[in-house]
Amino acid sequence: MDFVAQLTLFVLAIFLGVELITKVPPTLHTPLMSGSNAISGITVVGALIAAGSDSGMLINVLGFTAVVLATINVIGGFMVTNRMLAMFKRK
Amino acid sequence: MHVSQNWIDIAYLIAAVLFVVGIKGLTKPKTAVRGNLLAAAGMGVAAVVTLLNEHIVTYEIIIAGVVVGGLIGAVMAKKVQMTSMPQMIALLNGFGGGASFAVASAEFFRGSANDTVSIIATGAAVLIGAVTLTGSLVAFAKLQELIDGKPMGFPGMKVVNAILFIGSLVGIGYLVMNPGNETVFWGLVAAAMLLGLLLVLPIGGADMPVVIALLNSYSGVAASAAGFVMGNSALIITGSLVGASGLILTSIMCKAMNRSLTNVLFGVMAEAGEAMDEDEVYAGKVKSTSADEVAMLLETAQRVVIVPGFGLAMAQAQHAVRDMADTMEAMGIEVEYAIHPVAGRMPGHMNVLLAEAEVPYEQLKDMDQINPTFEQTDVAIVLGANDVTNPMAREDKGSPIYGMPILNVDKAKTVVVVKRSLSSGFAGLPNPLFAKDNTLMLFGDGKGAVLDITTALKEG
Repeated sequence: MDFVAQLTLFVLAIFLGVELITKVPPTLHTPLMSGSNAISGITVVGALIAAGSDSGMLINVLGFTAVVLATINVIGGFMVTNRMLAMFKRK
Repeated sequence: MHVSQNWIDIAYLIAAVLFVVGIKGLTKPKTAVRGNLLAAAGMGVAAVVTLLNEHIVTYEIIIAGVVVGGLIGAVMAKKVQMTSMPQMIALLNGFGGGASFAVASAEFFRGSANDTVSIIATGAAVLIGAVTLTGSLVAFAKLQELIDGKPMGFPGMKVVNAILFIGSLVGIGYLVMNPGNETVFWGLVAAAMLLGLLLVLPIGGADMPVVIALLNSYSGVAASAAGFVMGNSALIITGSLVGASGLILTSIMCKAMNRSLTNVLFGVMAEAGEAMDEDEVYAGKVKSTSADEVAMLLETAQRVVIVPGFGLAMAQAQHAVRDMADTMEAMGIEVEYAIHPVAGRMPGHMNVLLAEAEVPYEQLKDMDQINPTFEQTDVAIVLGANDVTNPMAREDKGSPIYGMPILNVDKAKTVVVVKRSLSSGFAGLPNPLFAKDNTLMLFGDGKGAVLDITTALKEG
């Protein structure tokens, strides 16, 4: 993908983000943070490629670290968000 | 190969759509759980199709990493107490930044970044990712009280930070000219990690909500930069969504604290104007009351607003408060909660703490909703909140907190402030609310006072 196309995506997604997030009520700001944290674990995509590329010891170590950290982010983030939101849903 | 890459990219698009729909679900408590699950499903789609990537030739390290990370994440999510949620988010921010940092480093050593754009993107991902990692660890240590929450620094710290930042940029520039220079790369890593430490150390504990929101934003931007390195649209889109989210929350927190972002970042506290004398404010004007008197007052009330602060959560009094509110509701009294944006230690924290105690979210009102209703409120009960109720923010132009948005509890017919003493809050200021004609002080432990009021209500 060329740079201008990437930049276009980046800028448009920021505008979309602003539109979306301003509609989230303050009551849900903490779950929003943990949820968006989990979503930022999308780096796991890059981490998986690095860890599975089999291109030397240093990259294996970096890849493993990246997979561990991103997975903590994804699993921990979604689970704790779910736990909080379930409390809001009661009754 | 072209066809399969297209399919993989389409799967990433589906994942991005699921994230957007998922965040949209978070705009209402009723749809929020489903929104979170949709976002998680999006992550599942993205992860699974990535495994089909042609560059992945071995799975041992992946499986080991997923198992270790998954276990740690699950245990953290299950064990964390709701009062400790800011620490958990700080750690997750740090890990997100760290992951992007590690991914960009791996790409660097694989030599896949060789054109100007991807080298700059790699440098940005390393810089922002490493700053997020070490900065978040400092924020975590401050919140967890592993280190002193007070601002820490040394003379010339800002100069050092400026040198580290400019040095990092120069390093990235050098890498563009001389791709693959490992010494410069490690120099960049060291400078970025040190910068993260030095940026958060001088920020005081009271400003941590702003810092967490800002680091949240950084972790998104770092992911986005990693996306530029890899040419991956899912990372770019998702990272910028998170970056925007963190920025909005940062600005909400700054407004609520009446601080500019630069003041928070550079550890500038508001200048204490003419110091107000506590004796002058309080002398002879403070009326103290008892739980029985408060109960009598409540019995004749039609509408009561409870104003919780973090002191309430520290005393683990949320359930006791809920019981008191239930008792009042059973007597036909309308009860609502007034939540200031900085009532907890991060955006929306107090709401989560009360939701945990099974307070219905319909009763949780934010500042703009509740402020016009105080004039029709018979009793406002302030529990563990102080600065956010200080009328000086509205009335005294010379006050350091002038202009800070507050809850107008003093407009209620009667205000009951439950507090151990007349001591000041984070801002270090006396609160004239305590000396108002319509204010009654109920001195004592928050939880004990709430239990006493509830008992008196039930007996009365």
